Amino acid sequence: MLFGYAWDTSSNWAFAVSILPILLQGMIVTLEATVLGFFIAAVLGLIFAVLRAVPLRLVSWPTIFIVEFFRDTPLLIQLFFLYFVLPEYGLLLPAFLTGAVALGVQYSAYTSEVYRAGLEAVDRGQGEASRALNLPPAHTFIKIILPQAIPRIIPALGNYLISIMKDVPVLSVVTVVEMLNVAKIIGDRTFQYMIPLTMVGALYLIMTLLASYLVRTLDNRLPTQGIPLK
Amino acid sequence: MWDYLPALMQGAWITLELTFWSTLAGAFCSFFFGLGRGSRNLLLKSVSVAYIEVFRGTSLLVQMFWIFFALPLMGVRMSPMTAGILALSLNIGAYGAEVVRGAIQSVIRSQYEAAKALNFTPRQALWFIALPQALPEMLPPFGNLIIQNLKDTALVSLITLSDLAFRAESLRNLTQDSTTIYTLVLFMYFGMALMLTAIMKLLERRVGRWRGTGAR
Repeated sequence: MLFGYAWDTSSNWAFAVSILPILLQGMIVTLEATVLGFFIAAVLGLIFAVLRAVPLRLVSWPTIFIVEFFRDTPLLIQLFFLYFVLPEYGLLLPAFLTGAVALGVQYSAYTSEVYRAGLEAVDRGQGEASRALNLPPAHTFIKIILPQAIPRIIPALGNYLISIMKDVPVLSVVTVVEMLNVAKIIGDRTFQYMIPLTMVGALYLIMTLLASYLVRTLDNRLPTQGIPLK
Repeated sequence: MWDYLPALMQGAWITLELTFWSTLAGAFCSFFFGLGRGSRNLLLKSVSVAYIEVFRGTSLLVQMFWIFFALPLMGVRMSPMTAGILALSLNIGAYGAEVVRGAIQSVIRSQYEAAKALNFTPRQALWFIALPQALPEMLPPFGNLIIQNLKDTALVSLITLSDLAFRAESLRNLTQDSTTIYTLVLFMYFGMALMLTAIMKLLERRVGRWRGTGAR
């Protein structure tokens, strides 16, 4: 019995059918963590990308170091660090939030690269031309550079969204009851690991195939020349 | 702080061992299935596509738990070390296979045409013409995958292997000194990653000489 659903161990199929709603409850948590983690990664990555582009080395070099550090250390250790060290300094977050922050921190390193590459891929001539036309720098960035960078940024961000989804099971170590943890609990109670774990794998496959299909559709729909910002 | 180092170092050694073996096995999977995906043999091709899709489409932790908890119920028993290496290498191999496929495809068509004109068999064209040119293209993404693999080894601590992450966790249980331990461990992983990056950079420089079109 979990989340109010009982399982039926009379046959393999009955068992699989009876635990499906329980796993779907876990899937909701997985998706919530994915979305929140992605949101944090997208915002934090943007901050890093901007700080990195600051001409002052006192700002840009530490940023480069931090991004490299976040990228080269395992999510699991970052998660443990946040989960065990932050409370010692009086910051007590619920496990789910800690997990989402850890995902956001880890992937901010990747998203900041995406922003940087996207901005750098815009032809230099575009910026130079708008300067020649005497447009103010803010205007140049928002109206000229950014709209052309967005079509390159969005598909890459979409791929990291999928990666984040695949990393959510790591949060189970700090007691977040996402899909894999649900399957593990069912396995611990019924001694049947094969069926729940295989189902989690299959559900993951469905989620990632669907997500990558959506990203590809979006990629095809995006105009290659740029998106007008209103 | 220095009291923790011997235990953590032992863990770091296990982590490096895991990284080494799973990278080696993963590289084998990458080439086998990456080339298999482009094969004309329908069986090999579909097996390769299925492998790549399944292992890239699911979570590494799910794969690891499946191998460690579910497989023994089917009578396949293995040590945590074997299970860890198997899961890591199959996972990273699927990503690597896509790298291999992409690099082979990036070799320009006229190279194949020239090989055909010179009476090379398709196999010879692959081994002696396409692969040497594709290899330099593969190395930078492979470097990223190796770092990814190093980070992923931390997950084996969840299937009871006493790697660096596992040692950190047991030390924390013992001493409750989480700040020092986890800061130390973060920097140890960072150091190992920098070391691997440096090795890959050296390798890239060596293999980079093969780059370019035509003769060596």
